[in-house]
Parts: sequence; structure tokens; C-alpha cells
Amino acid sequence: MNPLSTLRRHDLLSLAILAVIILIILPLMLDIFRLNLVGKYLTYAFVAVGLVLCWGMGGILSLGQGVFFGLGGYGMAMFLKLESSTPEATAIQSTPGIPDFMDWNQLTELPVFWLPFQSFTLTVIAILVVPALFAAFIGFAMFSRRVSGVYFAIITQAIALILTVLVIGQQGFTGGVNGITDLRTLLGWDIRTDTARYAFYYINGVLLIGAMVAALFVQRSRLGRLLTAVRVSEDRVRFSGYSVAHLKTFVFCAAAVVSAIGGAMFTLQVGFMSPTLIGIVPSIEMVIYCAVGGRLSVFGAVYGTLLVNGLKTSLSESFPELWLFGLGAVFIAVVMFFPNGLAGVYQSVRDRLGKRRAVRPGSVAPGASSANGDGLVPADGTVAAEGSPPSQDARAPVPAGAVTLS
Amino acid sequence: MSAATNTNCLLAIEGLTVSFDGFRAVDDLDLYLDEREIHVIIGPNGAGKTTLLDLICGKTQASGGSIRFRNRELLKLKEHHIVHAGIGRKFQNPSVYEELSVFENLELSYPRGRTVLGSLFFRRDAHVLERVHEIAAKVFLDGLIDCEAALLSHGQKQWLEIGMLLIQDPQLLMLDEPVAGMSVSERIKTAELLNRITANRSVLVVEHDMGFVEDIADRVTVLHQGRKLAEGSMASVQADPRVIDVYLGH
Amino acid sequence: MFADYSWSELGSIFAMQGFAGLILFSVFVLMALGLAIIFGQMGVINMAHGEFMILGAYVTWLISNLFADHLPGLFGGFFFVAMIAAFLAAALLGALVEWLMIRHLYHRPLDTLLATWGLSLLLQQTYRSVFGAREVGVDLPGWMLGSIALTDIVEIPINGLLVMALTTVITIGVYLLLFRSATGLRSRAVVQNRAMAGAVGIDTGRVDRLTFAIGCGIAGVAGSAFTMIGSTGPTAGQAYIVDTFLIVVFGGTASLLGTIASAFTISQAQSTLEFFLSGSMAKVLTLVTVVVILMIRPQGLFAAKLRR
Repeated sequence: MNPLSTLRRHDLLSLAILAVIILIILPLMLDIFRLNLVGKYLTYAFVAVGLVLCWGMGGILSLGQGVFFGLGGYGMAMFLKLESSTPEATAIQSTPGIPDFMDWNQLTELPVFWLPFQSFTLTVIAILVVPALFAAFIGFAMFSRRVSGVYFAIITQAIALILTVLVIGQQGFTGGVNGITDLRTLLGWDIRTDTARYAFYYINGVLLIGAMVAALFVQRSRLGRLLTAVRVSEDRVRFSGYSVAHLKTFVFCAAAVVSAIGGAMFTLQVGFMSPTLIGIVPSIEMVIYCAVGGRLSVFGAVYGTLLVNGLKTSLSESFPELWLFGLGAVFIAVVMFFPNGLAGVYQSVRDRLGKRRAVRPGSVAPGASSANGDGLVPADGTVAAEGSPPSQDARAPVPAGAVTLS
Repeated sequence: MSAATNTNCLLAIEGLTVSFDGFRAVDDLDLYLDEREIHVIIGPNGAGKTTLLDLICGKTQASGGSIRFRNRELLKLKEHHIVHAGIGRKFQNPSVYEELSVFENLELSYPRGRTVLGSLFFRRDAHVLERVHEIAAKVFLDGLIDCEAALLSHGQKQWLEIGMLLIQDPQLLMLDEPVAGMSVSERIKTAELLNRITANRSVLVVEHDMGFVEDIADRVTVLHQGRKLAEGSMASVQADPRVIDVYLGH
Repeated sequence: MFADYSWSELGSIFAMQGFAGLILFSVFVLMALGLAIIFGQMGVINMAHGEFMILGAYVTWLISNLFADHLPGLFGGFFFVAMIAAFLAAALLGALVEWLMIRHLYHRPLDTLLATWGLSLLLQQTYRSVFGAREVGVDLPGWMLGSIALTDIVEIPINGLLVMALTTVITIGVYLLLFRSATGLRSRAVVQNRAMAGAVGIDTGRVDRLTFAIGCGIAGVAGSAFTMIGSTGPTAGQAYIVDTFLIVVFGGTASLLGTIASAFTISQAQSTLEFFLSGSMAKVLTLVTVVVILMIRPQGLFAAKLRR
């Protein structure tokens, strides 16, 4: 079955535009230093895309996506670190053959859980599987007990905190507060050269687009509509024969895996991984990228990430104090006034240009056929995906808030 | 009709009890339902009618007793498994997906692709389309099939929800006050609908509207304070002095 | 770990760690009380709660400087003034925030969470701009330093006792306010059935504002206590917010007693474990245990039985 067939024409066009921007325009416009920065932002975009699935569609606000980003990032970092810690390279250590920070902490052999990361294949598997298993475990434990909403968010925060404290505290095993640094080669290729940076940028871009295609596929599938339904009326979904816990766990795992891939690409492009990227603060910041872009739009998430990070870099250079004010204000503004972010604004502009019209019950005689064909929203499964309360619903010009949901 | 033995009837409830912090909402209740029977539950508020439906569909956990559906014990099953077994529940307040269209509401209830993977790869083929249109017509909504559910009238939402259950083809349909809030003409149409759809299934209805109950019921059970007060045909129940005392009024 | 010590030694260690943890416990209780009122009663998640606490700490610092510079003779009593000022400052800020922001978000708890996080960033930056990025410390008057020796191993710090006493007073005060006063009655009415409360003439907007302000005010007082256990800086409030939420959720949002029991359990567990393990492992172990228990029993350890 061709996955692209469920995507709308509009999606494919937007994907093409984004691909052109990321893979052609930006590399031509920017020098390698700035391109590398954009590459870093695009790794955050993975997390934002994951959040579109679990938060935007599923209503599951996870404030600990940094955990999965970190699991992926640390996995890759461990592999790279081991590669550059050959006995020859570390001959001056008291125990050659192990990473430098372990030597400083008086470890004399590799901890057991580092061993699999000597193999690239196992590393890649670990990057994909460990976050998924972890997410499945936490997710299922909570969703099957109907823990959701605020309680879930708080627990994800706690988990992010636990991991941060653990990683920082166990510096012999993890590199502590400095993280894992001084990474040099991937399978023999030096990752610090410009060529390598270009290569990773493109790989990152392609992987991100791949992740977006997967996310769009979920969004446009029945599963996507089910998630919308769960957000609106969880009980009705349950009593239509679906296991809501399974649905929620699935999107949570999907978001985890996507975030982990982003983390691994981060390590490759930036050359290190540290606990500052796995805790509560970065996790919530990534939620904001998704919120600014539009929590229901995969494209919005990516553009939102680029926008917020771009602003951050330029503002914090010139006006460092202003930046935190700005970020705080953006949070509040987006939540209070633009719940669908940039994508929502874009959608309402499109609507105002008259592309869609409402179908009102009073205007259609009972029993009349609905096949006028003109102005009707096509019944091809186009959910009001860009709309959620209080929103400009694409289908009906009701005042925002008239569609009240709990 | 006499009460059939355990193995012959569709639904056999025996000794069903549930208590909330000491308050017995349903108390040692016995109820038997046959195939293709419309059975109506009436009684004053707080009698345990909605709780009974909650217990059958799994929304509430029972403290004791047994509910056997075609000889299969339901009390231990999860809600979605009870649905798979063939029981559909309509809630008192219309519980439809307001943000989605009538078509999408019905389609989401189509009983295929109900697992995660199944729903990812669910295809909207001709059979699905046909069935959705068929059910929409049955519940008087084929003219509004693309309308957003939030914009339907209260009565139309009730019909939509009934449609969402019908498309699952349940063997037992449970309706909680299906005509509440409906106009007179809507009630007549609903009674007609219910009489039509019981050709191949049983229906358990909770209702207050006596006229409506008379129109549709094969048998009536009266609940009072969680216990069965009377049972039988509508006529016999209406004549029962205990029922008149407690509920119908003199 | 425990095997190295005799029973009486263990007893003394627990007691000593327990008393050393008194102030931490008090800070947790006050923070959790404030948050329990706001979250448990109103369903509002205030991610900026730590910043309200820090406001109280900064106010305490200001008052201490004020007394030191202008009223040296009365320095011994500055702390009481500081506490009252901290309460008022935090409560006023809380009322302002409720009026500007929170009241528009009552039906959207997840959005409240994000918006108040934004607020916390704003406040942190404000503190940084106004008070500087470096941490400040509060000097205590002489009589508050030092400790009372109970046995030859166990000593109780005086400031710990003082804060405990004040926490007890405030807790009782909150209980009386919520459950024995007309104001509290109105507040609980609004929480349980807003429409009806409005219909009988209760100004629900004002009640909400008052409840939120009181919750924040209590956090301000926690800030005063906090100055005794840590240095006050713009980001110091961040360290406690997750713990406080966990305490509130762990205790079950239904009862204040549950909140107190939960604060006690968690702070004591952490303090005691710190004696045997490193600081970070103690925290990790405590948090993991709480999270696991919450996953098994989401309504919290001390919640009443749910009506299912």
C-alpha cells in the first residue's frame, strides 16, 4: 500500500516546499557554521514533530521529551566516545581503552551497559528501541490506569528530573554535568570537518522529512481521526471497541522514537551530548516550539522550531536579557491568544480567502441528497485537523468557543 | 414469556450488586433478556437504571453477582472487549465526536481496524462507504452526512449516536433515555426506528416517557432503590399497585 | 548500608536527620499547601509557584537589609515583619496574575501549565534584572542561630523550631480559613459548583482571585523560611517546583492532611537517605519511589477511596 496515497495533495506540496528550503535553499544561503546551527535546530524539530502526534493529536502533554532526545543522543555519544577511546589514543591514562572521564573517576573497566555501544549496529538499534520500550512502559502503566492530562505532565517532568539528577550524579558512568565530549570520528570518518558537517546536515534533513511523512501518515489515517476523537470524547471511543490505552501508548512511543533520532543527530552534528539537553527546561522549550508552530501541524512544528531558535540566537547575542522576557511572553501569548500557533494563523488566512464553506443543517432540506458538489467539504476524511477549541474551525463560521468541549 | 434458563437467553444478570462507599446503587438484581426482545427499564430517579447499564458495558465495576452474555461472563472484561462481544451502549447525554462530521462519526465506529495497526492501515473502501450511507439513511441523517456533528440538533445527535452503535451491528443495544429532549415528531420517528432495528437484535432501554415505552416495549422491568420492583408486560406493570405507589402515581 | 550502625545509633541518626530536615519539611509543607489550594481546589497548575516563593525570599532579604541599615535595634524581630511582608507581596502578585492571565484559562489546565511556565521565565528574568544574577544571603539575628541539645547526639536548630512553629500556625490558619470561615465556604462552593455559586450571589471572580492570592501568599512565606536553608537567586525556585507538585499529587489533592503527610514522608525520606547515600542518589531514589507509587495508585497515597 502506498503510504503517500493517504496524504493530501496539499501535504505533498508543503513537503516539497520544505524539502527545497531545507535541502537546497538553506545550504546555498548559509555558510557552514550557520548551516550547522540550522542543523541543530532541525534536530529539535524532531521532538516538535513527535509532540504534534502525542500532544496535538492525542492530547498527551509530555514535559519530558528531553528524556528521549537524551537517550538517543547519549546512545550515539557513547558509541562515538568508545570509538575515540582506543587503547592507542588513551595510552597515557591509568587504564587505557576507556573514556577519559571514566579514568578520571577511577574506573578500571567499561561499565556493563556501555558494552553494546561498541557496535554501530547495536547502537542504532538501542537508539530506536530503548526509548520506545521506556515510553511503552511508562505510557502503558499510566494510560491503562487512566492517568492523563495534568498528572501525566507532572510525572513526565519528574522523570526528566530523575534522569537529569541521575546522569549528573553518576559522573563516572555518564560524564556527569559536562556530558560526553571530545567526540572525533564516526566509523573512521572525522566528524569535525566541514564535509562531515554538510553530510550530517543532509542526512538530518532527509531523516526529518522521513519522520514528517510518517507523522502525516498517522495524522491522515484512521488512527489520526481516532486520536482526535479521544481528545474530544474518550469514553465514546472506548465504547466503540477501541483500547484507548493502546492508542495513547502508541503515539507516546512514536513521539519518543522520533525524539531519540533527533537526539542522535544532535550528537553527530554538534559533537557532544550533555545533561542540559535532557531536563525539564529544554523539554518545555521544545513544547513551545511545537506550540508556536501549531500543535496540530507537522509543518508548523518544524517552522516553529526554526523560528523560535532563530530568534533566540539573534536576540540572545544582542539582547540577552530581552530573550528570556521574550520567550516567557511568547509562551503566554501563544497559549492565550494563538492556541494553534502559526499554522492556525495560516489556516484562518486561507479560510478567509474563501476556500471552504460550511454546511449548516437548516439550509439543507431533510432527506435531500448531499451531492451538490459545490462548496461542500469533501468527504475524504479531511478532519478539521487544523482546528481545535477555541479555534477557527475550517468548516463552520461559528464564533470561537461556541463549540465547547471539556 | 417466561424467564429462560441461563444458557438460552441472550443476557442473564444474576445477583448483581454494586455499592459506592456503602450505598447500594444496585442490590442483588436478577434480569433476563431474550433474543430480539425490546426490554425497557423504568423507575424513579436514583433507582439504579443508568448504573445497571454502566455495569453491563463495563463502565462501572460490580461488587458482586454475574452478568452472562451468551454464556460469557462480562464482569471481568475490559470495556472494548465487551463491545467486541456484541454490546453497544448509548449514553444519556449524546456522546458523539462533535468536531467530526456525521460521516466521520459513523466511519470511526465501523467495526474493522480496531487495533492500533488496524487503524493505521484502515482503508475507506466501497463497502465502508456503502455501509456508512446505509446507516445514515436509517437514522434519518443521510441529508446531513457531511455536517459537523456539533451543529446537529439534540435529537439528531441522539440519532447519530444510535447510528454509531448500529454500524457495529451489536446483538444487544443499550439505550439510556433515547428520546430525552426530543420533539414529538422526533419521538415518533425514534420509536419507528427502534421497532425496525430490533429485527435481529435485542434492545435494553432506560426511559421515562411512558407513551414511548408503550410504543416499543415487549417487556418492562421496574427498578426501585436498586432492586427489581415489578416485571412483565407494560399493561401488567402499569396496573401493579406497588409501581403506581412508587413511580407512576395515582 | 543500615547494617553498620547499632539500633540506638540508627535512632539517633534518623532523629538528627529528621530535625535537620525540619526546615526543608516546613518549606515543602508551605509550598505544597499553597499549591494544594491552587491546584487541588481550583485545578490550576501554577508552574511559577517557585518564583512566588523566591519573591518572598527576596522580600525577606530586603527587609533584613532595611532593618540592618535603619533599625538595627529591632533587628532581632525583623523576621516576623519579613514574613508578613513576604505574604503580602506574593499575594498581591498572585492577585494580579490571576486577574491578567489565569482567569482566562480556567477550563484549560494544560494551557495554564504552559502559560504559568512562561510567567516563571518572565519572573526569573525580572528578578535577575532587579536583584542581579548573583545569589544573596540573609543574615539571621543572633538568637536564631545555634541549637538546643536534646541528647548528646541529637541537636535541634533553633531556626528550625521557629519555622516549624510558624508553619504549624499557618497550617492551622489555612485550615480554619478554608473550612471554618465564610470566605472558605464561599471558596469551596465556587470550586464545587461554579454556576450555582454564582447563582446565589457569590462573586466567583473575586473568590477565585482571593483563593489564588492566598495560595501564592503562603508560597511567599515559604520563601522566608527558604532563606534559612539556601541562598536566594533568580533561578532558585526551579529546584522545588517538581518536588512540590509531586508532594501535592502524592498526597491526593482532596485533603490538606494528605498534603502534609505527603510532605513529611517525602522530605524525611530524602533527608534520611542523604545520610546513607550521596545527595543525588537519595533524591533519585525518593523520586523514583514516588513516581512508581503514583503509577500504581494515581490518586495519591492518602486520597479517599474513589467513587468508581
